[in-house]
Amino acid sequence: MVSVTSQPEEGRKSAPFPAWLRKFLTTCGSIAATMLGLLLVTFVIGRVMPIDPVLAIVGERASQESYDAVYHQLGLDKPLMVQFFYYLWDVLHGDFGNSLLTARPVSQDIARVFPATMELATLGVVIGMFLGIPMGVLSAVHRGTWIDQTIRVLTLVGYSMPIFWLGMMGLLLFYGILGWVGGPGRLDIFFEGLVPSVTGMVLVDALLAGDMDVFWNGFSHLILPASLLGYYSLAYISRMTRSFMLEQLSAEYITTARVKGLSERQVIWGHAFKNIRVQLVTVVALSYANLLEGSVLTEIIFSWPGIGSYITTALLSADMNAVLGGTVVVGLIFICLNILSDLLYKIFDPRAK
Amino acid sequence: MTLLTVNDLWVRFPTRQGVFDAVRGISFELGQERLGIVGESGSGKSMTGRSILQLIRKPGVVQAAEISFQGRNLMELSERDMRSVRGNEISMVMQDPKFSLNPVMTIGAQLMEAYLQHNRDSRQNARNKCIEMLEAVSLRDPERVMDAYPHEMSGGMGQRIMIAMMLIPDPKILIADEPTSALDVSVQRQVLSIMDRLVRDRGMGLIFISHDLNLVAEFCDRVLIMYAGRIVESCPASKLREAKHPYTRGLLNALPRLDNPRTHLEVLQRQDDWTHAALEETQ
Ligand SMILES: Nc1ncnc2c1ncn2[C@@H]1O[C@H](COP(=O)(O)OP(=O)(O)OP(=O)(O)O)[C@@H](O)[C@H]1O
Ligand SMILES: [Mg+2]
Repeated sequence: MVSVTSQPEEGRKSAPFPAWLRKFLTTCGSIAATMLGLLLVTFVIGRVMPIDPVLAIVGERASQESYDAVYHQLGLDKPLMVQFFYYLWDVLHGDFGNSLLTARPVSQDIARVFPATMELATLGVVIGMFLGIPMGVLSAVHRGTWIDQTIRVLTLVGYSMPIFWLGMMGLLLFYGILGWVGGPGRLDIFFEGLVPSVTGMVLVDALLAGDMDVFWNGFSHLILPASLLGYYSLAYISRMTRSFMLEQLSAEYITTARVKGLSERQVIWGHAFKNIRVQLVTVVALSYANLLEGSVLTEIIFSWPGIGSYITTALLSADMNAVLGGTVVVGLIFICLNILSDLLYKIFDPRAK
Repeated sequence: MTLLTVNDLWVRFPTRQGVFDAVRGISFELGQERLGIVGESGSGKSMTGRSILQLIRKPGVVQAAEISFQGRNLMELSERDMRSVRGNEISMVMQDPKFSLNPVMTIGAQLMEAYLQHNRDSRQNARNKCIEMLEAVSLRDPERVMDAYPHEMSGGMGQRIMIAMMLIPDPKILIADEPTSALDVSVQRQVLSIMDRLVRDRGMGLIFISHDLNLVAEFCDRVLIMYAGRIVESCPASKLREAKHPYTRGLLNALPRLDNPRTHLEVLQRQDDWTHAALEETQ
């Protein structure tokens, strides 16, 4: 324990940089190292796969000359190290090569499919968070009662039910029978192309263009798959919230809060909950990262042109550039979310400063 | 003037092996005095303190003929009315300051919360009041303490902050549950004398829970000795040496004494019938 009268940290050391700059540089360094590792892995995967990138371009029946020309053009005659630096150079310029399937640059493909996944995942995690956290808290506060049991059964179902089955049933009920939501796809066909694509996210683009009809149509398509993903992450988030809360509620400072005469609501939200925010940030970030990876089954059932189905299709047709490009992007997301949750950690926990 | 009357208090825990009685039908009164409760670990001291505030955790149950505070029976109050008693009329300082302060809130926020819960006042006034109180518990640089977090405090500072926090709404009774046992000996005295001074100046009643017979004899007016959920002896602190109950005698003999040094200390021999023995008054 440090006494308050002790000197602040910066005053003591005569470092060449101020503390925040050193911190910033270290963070940048570790991001760069992680990225480099990720790229090395994808590069190696690309090279060991028994797929000939030259054949994929020139076709089976090309002459030896054209084969050699492309072989040289791709730089495959150079040493592996050099090839890696070429790869690095390209990736740093946002160039993942062309996709075999779409015959377009992979970067363009990803720019098209990723916003679709992002839109779905964001709403999904928001639903999961805003329902899952209160449910977890409620469950912990009423531990062992029927409230706790009901919530636990509900979340267990979310955990164990196959998502494609839930998806099919949801579509059948809410789209087929009740007609409350839009069907598969991101928009009804007549709304397609009405607003300019700025961010690639239908709801955001519609808002930017001020077209509420498109917005609500997009929303009616989004809400069912997003709820499904939300339900899935809710299960995880509420279970974690419950166990974090139980730990805090048995702490001594909770008794102190009660001794002061605070109401149960103040004790739970004003005291215990404040202490689990740090852990919740990590849990929510992890759920978000999982959803951003693209949930293949949901995307397939709802004909959602997202990154999950993009990578899967590419993988099945040996479209290596697309697979590697997708992998790098997913890796990048994980890194970004990690940094973000680290930052929030420092805001919520005074001990981390 | 009697502040608190406890009559036939039981604290029960249903367990798998049947009901466990942690406190078994104890009765006592508290005036504007310092009452010590001494007993070995598990004898029910903390449960007694907590049951006065109705803060026994489930599945524990409190039963009592009466727990009266200034004529009001706390057993009959609703949870809402009980909340206006907690902190405001009866307060409690717990054992370890390291765990009894909320680690993610500033000291100032926690102090102000204690005050504002029972007083309608502006935040500025509340802050001033808190700073005054921190000065009263002899903390240097109270402005700075207000904005600090608990992990930036030493144990002794933490416990003084707890005392300040619990005295801010001006309660009539303070229950101190081993308030110094997590501190080292030199700091213990300091914290105790601060608490002692404040409690006396305000004419409060103090329930001082401890397992340290010497400390209690020194700081209290009257002592209750608890054994296995019962009060086995109740006497003025000055008459402690004349106590009759064999458990108390045993405790006394197991203590080192400056005025009568011995080469070896006696080991306390327990007897089954103490558990059933009735309260013996030594007046
Ligand atoms: N949740 C519980 N379930 C069952 N028994 C309990 C529970 N909580 C406490 N007890 C029992 O109540 C008895 C009294 O506990 P208490 O905390 O009052 O002891 P204490 O005198 O304060 O001891 P210490 O000096 O160690 O603090 C103990 O024997 C303990 O085992
Ligand atoms: Mg105790």
